[in-house]
Amino acid sequence: MHELSLAEGIRDIVEETATMEAATRVRRIVLEIGALAAVDADALRFCLDEVLSDSIAEGAEVDVIDVPGRGRCRQCGTLAPIDERHTPCPSCGAYGLEVLEGDRMRVQAVELE
Amino acid sequence: MCGVCGCGGSEARIGSVFGGDRNKRVQRAGTGTTQAWRAIDTRRPAASPAGLDHESTNRASVARLQRVERDILGKNERIAAANRNWLAERRILALNLMSSPGSGKTSLLVRALETLGGRLPAAVIEGDQQTEFDAERIRATGVPALQINTGKGCHLDADMVARALPRLPLAERGLLLIENVGNLVCPAAFDLGEAHKVVILSVTEGEDKPLKYPDMFAAADLMLLNKADLLPYLSFDVERAIEYARRVNPRLEVILTSATRGDGIDAWLAWIERERASA
Repeated sequence: MHELSLAEGIRDIVEETATMEAATRVRRIVLEIGALAAVDADALRFCLDEVLSDSIAEGAEVDVIDVPGRGRCRQCGTLAPIDERHTPCPSCGAYGLEVLEGDRMRVQAVELE
Repeated sequence: MCGVCGCGGSEARIGSVFGGDRNKRVQRAGTGTTQAWRAIDTRRPAASPAGLDHESTNRASVARLQRVERDILGKNERIAAANRNWLAERRILALNLMSSPGSGKTSLLVRALETLGGRLPAAVIEGDQQTEFDAERIRATGVPALQINTGKGCHLDADMVARALPRLPLAERGLLLIENVGNLVCPAAFDLGEAHKVVILSVTEGEDKPLKYPDMFAAADLMLLNKADLLPYLSFDVERAIEYARRVNPRLEVILTSATRGDGIDAWLAWIERERASA
């Protein structure tokens, strides 16, 4: 359940942004979540509902943009999509592709009033 | 009503009760803007904030979209970087030990610290949800230990370690062993500022754990395959476990250990000595 910690991290970022922008309300939060980021987006939404209550972002819509995993084979250099950490290289079959994209989580944007 | 815990609510947002494909779940869960889950091609970021979502253009007169682009774990990573600097200045080697509950982390630590016999200044941070039991077991070896109780928290984070560091008697060029909360999932995501993550897998757990819980094994530099003394009584396939772990992380080093019998403890201490020399 580290989704709760992540939800608190999101709330802090959203609150800081809202304060900096002198907003009165946060209507929408746009998140980017990598396929390899080890987070369950459903659980994260559940936790966000909880931690955003009584905040400036209470009731905000949460949009999640899925970022697919992408990597490079350390053996032959082939670029390939990665669904799971143990996805083998489609060209040479080597395991342990270097992850280039899809292992991060970001707050991409917020919609403010 | 929420299908997970039964709490009230007008939206069926927690999709896990439906199972299967997420897009299908969303369709089933109903319509409305809060259910808008869309995958977009992130290799071509939207040129304008309004391009993110057609709905926002309709509301542009009353609301504005503010770009943020900040990592959710950014705060933890900043604190972890500060911890790493603090440790590097003192040339202290810090290891973050992670495993599922009951793999023998504390027993391995106790055995290693006893074998070390004070040849190297060491200190231990123990992470558990409740109790001081583990710290007491470490202190019995004569090594200082600080217990962090995370309450409901399922992992240690960099801030907890930052608060613990100044309270520990840490010698220059010493060793700091951080025993994370027993959990094969969450601790992998939280950098503490350690030099290396060490994952402990016990042979009673099944050799497919590295594929089932890959993030932990992907993040680690060393795997201690513990409870080796029990191998004669189990059908555990050591070679397969190592092969699975290296599918996730080809660079993973592996030492077969037994906290009870002492197997591999010298090899682990030699690994520590090697890493300490380069710390």
